[in-house]
Amino acid sequence: MSTVTVAHHEEHHDHPTGIMRWLTTTNHKDIGTMYLTFSLIMFLVGGSMILGIRAELFKPGLQLMNPDFFNQLIGIHALIMIFAALMPAATGFANWMIPLQIGAPDMALPRLNNWGFWLLPPAAILLTLPFTLALFGIGDGALATGWTFYPPLSLQGGIGVDFAIFSVHLLGISSVMGSINIIVTLFNMRAPGMTLMKMPMFAWGWLITAFLLVATIPVLAGAVTMLLTDRHFGTHFFDAAGGGDPILFQHLFWFFGHPEVYILLLPVWGFIPQILQTFSRKPMYGYKAQVYSLWAIGALSVVVWAHHFFTAGMPVPALLYFMYSTMAISLPLAVLFFCWIKTMWRGSMSFETPMLFAVGWIILFGIGGLTGLVLADVAADAQYHNSYFVVAHFHYTLFAGGIMGIMAGVYYWLPKMTGHMYSEKLGKLHFWLTAISFNLTFIPQFFLGLAGMPRRIPDYALQFAEFNMISSIAAFVLGLSQLLFVYNIVSCIKGGKKATDKVWEGAEGLEWTLSSPPPYHSFTDQPVVK
Amino acid sequence: MEDINKSGGSVEEATEAIVISRQKDDKANTRLALKMLWVVAGSLLFAFALVPLYDVFCDLTGLNGKTENSAATLAKAKVDTSRMVTVQFVAAVMPGLGWNFYPKQNAITLHPGQIETVIFEAKNITSEIVAGHAIPSVTPGKASIYLKKIECFCFVNQGLKPGETKEMPLRFFIDPALPKDVKEMTLSYSFFKAVKN
Repeated sequence: MSTVTVAHHEEHHDHPTGIMRWLTTTNHKDIGTMYLTFSLIMFLVGGSMILGIRAELFKPGLQLMNPDFFNQLIGIHALIMIFAALMPAATGFANWMIPLQIGAPDMALPRLNNWGFWLLPPAAILLTLPFTLALFGIGDGALATGWTFYPPLSLQGGIGVDFAIFSVHLLGISSVMGSINIIVTLFNMRAPGMTLMKMPMFAWGWLITAFLLVATIPVLAGAVTMLLTDRHFGTHFFDAAGGGDPILFQHLFWFFGHPEVYILLLPVWGFIPQILQTFSRKPMYGYKAQVYSLWAIGALSVVVWAHHFFTAGMPVPALLYFMYSTMAISLPLAVLFFCWIKTMWRGSMSFETPMLFAVGWIILFGIGGLTGLVLADVAADAQYHNSYFVVAHFHYTLFAGGIMGIMAGVYYWLPKMTGHMYSEKLGKLHFWLTAISFNLTFIPQFFLGLAGMPRRIPDYALQFAEFNMISSIAAFVLGLSQLLFVYNIVSCIKGGKKATDKVWEGAEGLEWTLSSPPPYHSFTDQPVVK
Repeated sequence: MEDINKSGGSVEEATEAIVISRQKDDKANTRLALKMLWVVAGSLLFAFALVPLYDVFCDLTGLNGKTENSAATLAKAKVDTSRMVTVQFVAAVMPGLGWNFYPKQNAITLHPGQIETVIFEAKNITSEIVAGHAIPSVTPGKASIYLKKIECFCFVNQGLKPGETKEMPLRFFIDPALPKDVKEMTLSYSFFKAVKN
């Protein structure tokens, strides 16, 4: 204990305070906190954008906004939620928890870590600035192509496209830096005795995520750079008039875009089993099977990309290949589901908020996975492509599977990070409001999609009115419930019941051997794992 | 708490030991980080390499429906009178080009090997001299390499004076090697404003 406190005080003297502390910090906990705070703010920004969309879709006809502004909102909503909310949240947890979980004093490359974070706010500003510029008559608003940047539309768009391209560059550099840091930390900084196959599942999930990021983000960066040179420097990568091919962009984009789905989900698949184990009070089932499944999914994710544009036109053998390889992903995923359920099986379970989120997550993410199988079917996809069925499907995977998973992690680790217990009552209320309103928002969208309502269109035929109204009302309940989440987090940071070191009765792992909150410099003496 | 941070010696000794081990770690960390940067550079290169690779792949498979962009030599191939193929024509004008453009006949049915001429008509409805370039595409993609053009307005840029109307001929035949299961194909032309080179 003495070493820790002394080291803490020593460092503190030459430590800047106030804003400079956060600008210059290389401490993994500070950086983790900044990532998580940034993510929460951007989650609210992206959420309010989509509430604007749902308000417009409340009734058929155009009431609140012109179609162009509608298009800008959907694209920026997606980019913010993916790159500025979900990915930073996962990176935030990685920064906070990976050193604690593997017994390292900090991340391997602390300075890089600081750069990685501080690229994010400028990127977020670049994404949203065109909205403000348009108010002053500069340009015609933000990216209006949807988050996928498909040419020829993106070749014709205004300055919003350029802003978004540069923003994607920054976001990409940031996450590549974060990933390199995580890979190096996991390979070089593990405590003695912690072999790779003894790493916590969260570390495994992130290791594979980091490899996927390092391999695929540069492809996206390359693709949007080609877009930029097509727009301004007379190249014709995607311009058919000059001999290019717009479909090539779809290949490049989804070569990154499909692994991206697993980049968003693998960290969550890492810590959810840890939560299930904690609140079932028994060891994780099938650790090895889970690790191998994560690898299998990571590997398969880079060879299935074309299922995102089956309808763009492909020879039948290619269609069949992409259909079967996509469906093959469900096999390792089924192994994971089985392990998650078996971890809970006959455990002495209790349902604190993190566990509620984790169990709800399994069910809702399961729905997302199963509807994905429907979309992977080439014959069915021709009907469902670009419909609200797709929208509902990927919100089951990315809101339920991604964000609700992250929320489980927030409630699970918040007492460890702040040293205070959050309000269990508000947490449970937040879960039930979120789970119910989420389903009420997106179940109608499955039916809307099956009935033929296209996505990304601000107006719709009259027969879709009732389901859209239900969906919009539920979306507002879902959005407003998140204020409870924010309130709960803020009041937990400010104070509350003291958290014990172990926090949860069944918690296991090195992070729970430290005090709550952990000292500014933890593990100055390396722990040994037996 | 105690078992993690049990340290025998003084604080100074412990700190010094940490500093030394830190320096050793830092080197290994930098090495691994640089290796990872090579991976990043490799995948960036891969993204750009995909552009020519995609073209080669499409040339071989006809995946993207592009036809050959130069005149085919007049084949001595025999006309395959045992079957008929229908070729449908689609014409489109892309944004930025103020033209009307359509085929004079919507479809033609012919024997593989038989040479036919189809006329497309284009009219410049603006008050400026404009050059356009037609980009062909064939569906299904696998049929695209069997559609052989002897003469086509799509080989070069086409200029039109204000209000001018021009008949644009396409002379082509279907390679008799066309797979038997293809009985119908669509040839589409999109007229783009010509790109300045």
